[in-house]
Amino acid sequence: MALVLDIASWILLLGGGALVTIGGIGIVRFPDVYTRSHAAGVTDTGGAGLILVGLMLQGGGTLVTVKLILILIFIFFTSPTATFALVHAAYESDEEPQLDHDLRNEPPDRETGS
Amino acid sequence: MVHALSLGCVLFGTWLLLSGHFDPLLIGLGVASCAAVVYFTHRMDVIDHEGHPVHLTLRGVGYWPWLTVEILKANIDVARRILTPGASISPTMLRVRSTQPTDLGRVIFANSITLTPGTVSVDVGEGEILVHALSRGGADDLAAGEMDRRVTRMAGGN
Repeated sequence: MALVLDIASWILLLGGGALVTIGGIGIVRFPDVYTRSHAAGVTDTGGAGLILVGLMLQGGGTLVTVKLILILIFIFFTSPTATFALVHAAYESDEEPQLDHDLRNEPPDRETGS
Repeated sequence: MVHALSLGCVLFGTWLLLSGHFDPLLIGLGVASCAAVVYFTHRMDVIDHEGHPVHLTLRGVGYWPWLTVEILKANIDVARRILTPGASISPTMLRVRSTQPTDLGRVIFANSITLTPGTVSVDVGEGEILVHALSRGGADDLAAGEMDRRVTRMAGGN
């Protein structure tokens, strides 16, 4: 049982580490602040989430696990707020996004489909 | 009053879980500081359904698991686009209808959009949200309105 938990926790930790690395690559590869924020999103949702859940499996039924759960909750509430503040500030200061499809002038209830 | 009581309970629960000490002195200090915080927030008049949305705790139970699955799917999609060589993205900006009647509901919707990698809310207006999406496909999925309906069902009403 302990072995199964260890294996599961290692898979989660390695998966999280891989997502953090991929997010870092994306921040370098993508062209502008908006697309880069998507890459950063991989780091702070998937990456942080998998690593924290992996650590919870290591912590077992202790107070450490409770603290990790609280960290996860706080990250999931604060990181979108921070990302929004960043992207909103960029947009407000007229940082023009590089777009393939600019649908800003279409009403929100348009028919979907590309 | 209900909000003040539940805020006090949540604060004290957090104190207990984070400290892990159960001797009378520390519990007494915890009770005192929680009471002080509740008093301060009451004086600041920030204890209301927005600052402390207890009424969403139960209804959120159905929403958070769905959002978690969406976040995982979106993570895999964005990770694949990052690793695909060449032009793998088609950045799209669009306006998405938000049908939440309250500010709190709109904030939850906008934050859910941002939490899902591949879509970021850029501006929140009356009844619509300006969204930047990494791909046209992600933009169309969001425009289909599944997330909007789920958030409205959870947070709508009050």
